[in-house]
Amino acid sequence: MIHPKEILETIQMIDQQHLDIRTITMGINLLDCAHPDVDVCCEQIYNKIVTSAKNLVTTGRAIEAEFGIPIVNMRISVTPISLVAAATTNAEDYVPFAKALDRAAKEVGVNFIGGFSALVHKGFTDSDRRLIASIPRALAETERVCASVNVGTTKAGINMDAVKLMGEGIKEAAALTESTGGMACAKLVVFCNAVEDNPFMAGAFHGVGEAERVINVGVSGPGVVHTALKSLGGDAPFDEVAETIKKTAFRITRMGQLVAMEASRRLGVPFGVVDLSLAPTPAVGDSVARILEEMGLETCGTHGTTAALALLNDAVKKGGVMASGHVGGLSGAFIPVSEDEGMIAAAQSGILTLDKLEAMTCVCSVGLDMIAVPGDTPAETISAIIADEAAIGMVNYKTTAVRIIPAPGTKVGDLIEFGGLLGSAPVMPVHAATSTTFIQRGGRIPAPMQALKN
Amino acid sequence: MKAIVTVIGKDQVGIIAATCNALSSAQVNVLDVSQTILQDYFVMIMLADLTTCSVSLAELSELLRKTGEGLGLDIRIQREDIFNAMHRI
Repeated sequence: MIHPKEILETIQMIDQQHLDIRTITMGINLLDCAHPDVDVCCEQIYNKIVTSAKNLVTTGRAIEAEFGIPIVNMRISVTPISLVAAATTNAEDYVPFAKALDRAAKEVGVNFIGGFSALVHKGFTDSDRRLIASIPRALAETERVCASVNVGTTKAGINMDAVKLMGEGIKEAAALTESTGGMACAKLVVFCNAVEDNPFMAGAFHGVGEAERVINVGVSGPGVVHTALKSLGGDAPFDEVAETIKKTAFRITRMGQLVAMEASRRLGVPFGVVDLSLAPTPAVGDSVARILEEMGLETCGTHGTTAALALLNDAVKKGGVMASGHVGGLSGAFIPVSEDEGMIAAAQSGILTLDKLEAMTCVCSVGLDMIAVPGDTPAETISAIIADEAAIGMVNYKTTAVRIIPAPGTKVGDLIEFGGLLGSAPVMPVHAATSTTFIQRGGRIPAPMQALKN
Repeated sequence: MKAIVTVIGKDQVGIIAATCNALSSAQVNVLDVSQTILQDYFVMIMLADLTTCSVSLAELSELLRKTGEGLGLDIRIQREDIFNAMHRI
């Protein structure tokens, strides 16, 4: 029998340290829904999602009850809609597709559906252009749909025309949702090296290399890692810090693997991957920033933060990889500012800046995530921020992303409330010097030498 | 299927009786019991065999939760797998 101490440890992790399964995400292929008529195509999309995922939420709730482990979100990712809609000949814009996704998400009871997406790292198809032009309205007029655009890869370089378009699109999305603090931008991710099996929103989509349907699971547990480090004490060397994080990550991931296999079995849908990301929430005690501070930094964002994050990110992967049969998705520590109580405090104190966050994204999962900037930030500046992040991803062969909110009418120091898991975003300063001429050039940044491996 | 029942709360008369009554009403066999007092809190852990259980695990979980609620105790039941996964390689 398992030792009572171990049982109590698990229960404490769940009750007091916010240990949970962050998401069970079902990926669904929609390529077979393509149709020349927009209404028929939308109906087929709706029907396929509703049929495929009808038991997703009830299954998740049943697993939650039997294992006694909270499952925070059940979600759906679909084939990038720019591919599915490409065959449609009578759609001026793609908002109807977003509405079909939204209806389906509400019908099956998932809180987000990802895949209003386009992959344009090397160039645009006509369908890609229509989708990108539709993103602001699609996000403003739906509740649960998430959009993403991949603008660069290590293999292809960076599509700077797409980077320019996305800066403008983000501004437009913010303007259309002014009353909710630019909420549409919280559902829009611009990627470099996007992955096909990411279970986390807002950047999830079901890649074309994936099966008909798949179950991917994202685990979480910053609070558990924080507590483990706290009990280690302040004078332990980094070898012990890394070892402690590895052991904790192993346990968290084993639980994720168990839930993923159980969900896969019950739903009759193949298991894809466990995503090892350490995902914070706005709740006190569930913060990645506080883990970094526990390592000995007075405030997250001060000198040493990048090194601390590099250690954390690496140890989480090393611990997690042995615990899971297939690891994938984004797999690394997330640093979304508005969704992390410690990051919010650090940004408000002025110590955590956009430049430091950019440096941090070189060594952890994803990128500049859930960052609010002043409402009058020019589109070109947002594009330039995207270009910088994409360059980091391209050169370092990793996924980077930008999810940025230029909330209309806000200025540095304001706090934008999104509520729920999206939290509240302190408006952070951007550099005033312009990047307009740089962004107006357009064209493609060539793929780096790293791409030439053959 | 085996499950772990944990009872945590302020020590008082009748905790074991109430828990076992609830379990036996659902035809659940108790295989092992471990009990201790931790920082003034009563902590009991039981290994239960659900092979002959007459209700679903979700229903049993709800029954135990309600039993605990009446006594100011936190009683939960979880499949044993989760502890094995987390603590055994």
